[in-house]
Amino acid sequence: MNREKLIEKTFFLIACSALFLLALITVFIFKEGIGIFLKIGFAKFIFSPDWAPSQKQFGLFSMIMGSVWITIGALIIGVPLSLSVSIFLAEFCPKKIARILKPAIELLAGIPSVVYGFIGVVILAPLIREYLGGPGLSVLAGSMVLAIMILPTVISISLDALHAVPKSYLEGSLALGATRWQSVYMVIIPAARSGIIASVILGMGRAVGETMAVIMVSGNAVRIPHSILEPVRTLTSNIALELGYATGMHREALFGTGMVLFVIIMILNTAAYVFTKRKVRK
Amino acid sequence: MGRSMCLPIIGEPVRMAQGEHMGSPLRGNIMDIRMQIKDLSLWYGQFHALKNINMEIAENRITALIGPSGCGKSTLLRTLNRMNDIIDGVKISGRIFLDNKDIYQENIGLTELRKKIGMVFQHPNPFPLSIYENLTYGLRIHNIGEKSIWDEKIEKCLRDAWLWDDVKDKLHSSALDLSLDQKQKLCIARLIIIEPEVILMDEPCSTLDPIATMKIEELMNTLKKDYTIVIVTHNMQQAARVSDYSGFLLLGELIEFDDTNNIFTAPRDKRTEDYITGRFG
Ligand SMILES: Nc1ncnc2c1ncn2[C@@H]1O[C@H](COP(=O)(O)OP(=O)(O)O)[C@@H](O)[C@H]1O
Ligand SMILES: [Mg+2]
Repeated sequence: MNREKLIEKTFFLIACSALFLLALITVFIFKEGIGIFLKIGFAKFIFSPDWAPSQKQFGLFSMIMGSVWITIGALIIGVPLSLSVSIFLAEFCPKKIARILKPAIELLAGIPSVVYGFIGVVILAPLIREYLGGPGLSVLAGSMVLAIMILPTVISISLDALHAVPKSYLEGSLALGATRWQSVYMVIIPAARSGIIASVILGMGRAVGETMAVIMVSGNAVRIPHSILEPVRTLTSNIALELGYATGMHREALFGTGMVLFVIIMILNTAAYVFTKRKVRK
Repeated sequence: MGRSMCLPIIGEPVRMAQGEHMGSPLRGNIMDIRMQIKDLSLWYGQFHALKNINMEIAENRITALIGPSGCGKSTLLRTLNRMNDIIDGVKISGRIFLDNKDIYQENIGLTELRKKIGMVFQHPNPFPLSIYENLTYGLRIHNIGEKSIWDEKIEKCLRDAWLWDDVKDKLHSSALDLSLDQKQKLCIARLIIIEPEVILMDEPCSTLDPIATMKIEELMNTLKKDYTIVIVTHNMQQAARVSDYSGFLLLGELIEFDDTNNIFTAPRDKRTEDYITGRFG
């Protein structure tokens, strides 16, 4: 009895300390970053496109737009791809093949992002430079690499959502004389809708948060892009590139960047949580 | 759809002359035969689930399949609209005719067949869509009629399924918010809106309370004017109440198939008698 209590208490403490660490990190980021908001003002920090630390100009708008462009690009390429794969795996693929394909896709998640970046730099960027123009390291390159990187997230979560749809819906639909595809398209996908949306949101969070591969392939120029062939810098790249030598206000501005990212990711994850918890409803 | 089926050719398609029910254990004559099952066997992998079944389904009558749980009632029912096709490793031999046409022929249109032979499941399974969308589903997949006549059809099928008064004011709310028996009625309505010819029901009342069961039974009685109905039930009272013909299945064999009256008052087989008198099952 006593031992039970002891084990229970130990685990409780470990769980608490993990939570405590998380809280500590959050508090630390906010404490280090809040200064910049107070000094130059929230609106200026977020909406000014000028970022020149040597001239004490700290505006994140170019980087915010960079993250937005690259993320939207990654979703445009990656989501249709991922959803086609998961619909195929869940509804049309022979079970034997699915048993091989699914782990293979999950393996994609285990490849270090620097490898994706490397492939992007060596293969993708030169191709873009040659056939489409621009410097090659660009929004397009970043989006394409990220599109591949979000595949495992979006596929496995949407696949779970599709598998969770009761078999009786498919049977009911087939029994009415629907074809397999009609059943999938008109009943199963709508039934799995909230899970599918959640998978897209989580993929989006992954795209926003990715750093290494993005630094390597997207050029990192601080300006608002006007075409997908131009280089961009994302919020994450900004921190990683400059934190090494930043001091004073510059350092605060980078922590401020972290705060902005933190809030974006929190919003995305909360949204995904809400969607996964939502009952199928119309 | 992975499926393997072996369909041995057993002579010419059977012509169903009056009084000629080869191998059928039926005593009386069924006047209008809608479907005929000939030498039907089914295997789930190695498991022999249906053994040489022969029976007829009479037009505009209710045929009940009774027997203890696991005897193959659902399996037999699902062979009638080829729902077993979607299960891996199912092997079928023998033939099933609908109006003298073998439904297991290669070139049969599966979607057409299932439109003609509709099914109501044990657990009500309305789609997670609105009531309206559930009802228009069949119309959409089969391209039936103009949108302008849909509302009329919807009202008619809901009235036929005795659901109209309950849902007429909330056609666009979710079908999942209905009560269990309303859901089952919606499934029936969703079926009859595409005007099937045969309706298969797999224990349609087993999740319902006695009052709801009564209502569905009454509903079946009115539906039989227009439809041929096959119902699976493990509830013998229900079979006795609603059906015209009954088949008693045991371990995959059709032990006896006859007029419901005969089955319940003068069964010929000892096992049937034991079952209906409640000695086992
Ligand atoms: N998909 C399946 N795979 C393997 N065996 C099955 C499958 N479905 C049913 N069976 C078996 O076939 C037999 C008949 O099942 P079923 O037709 O569902 O019986 P009933 O409806 O009379 O209760 C049972 O022994 C059951 O275990
Ligand atoms: Mg059953």
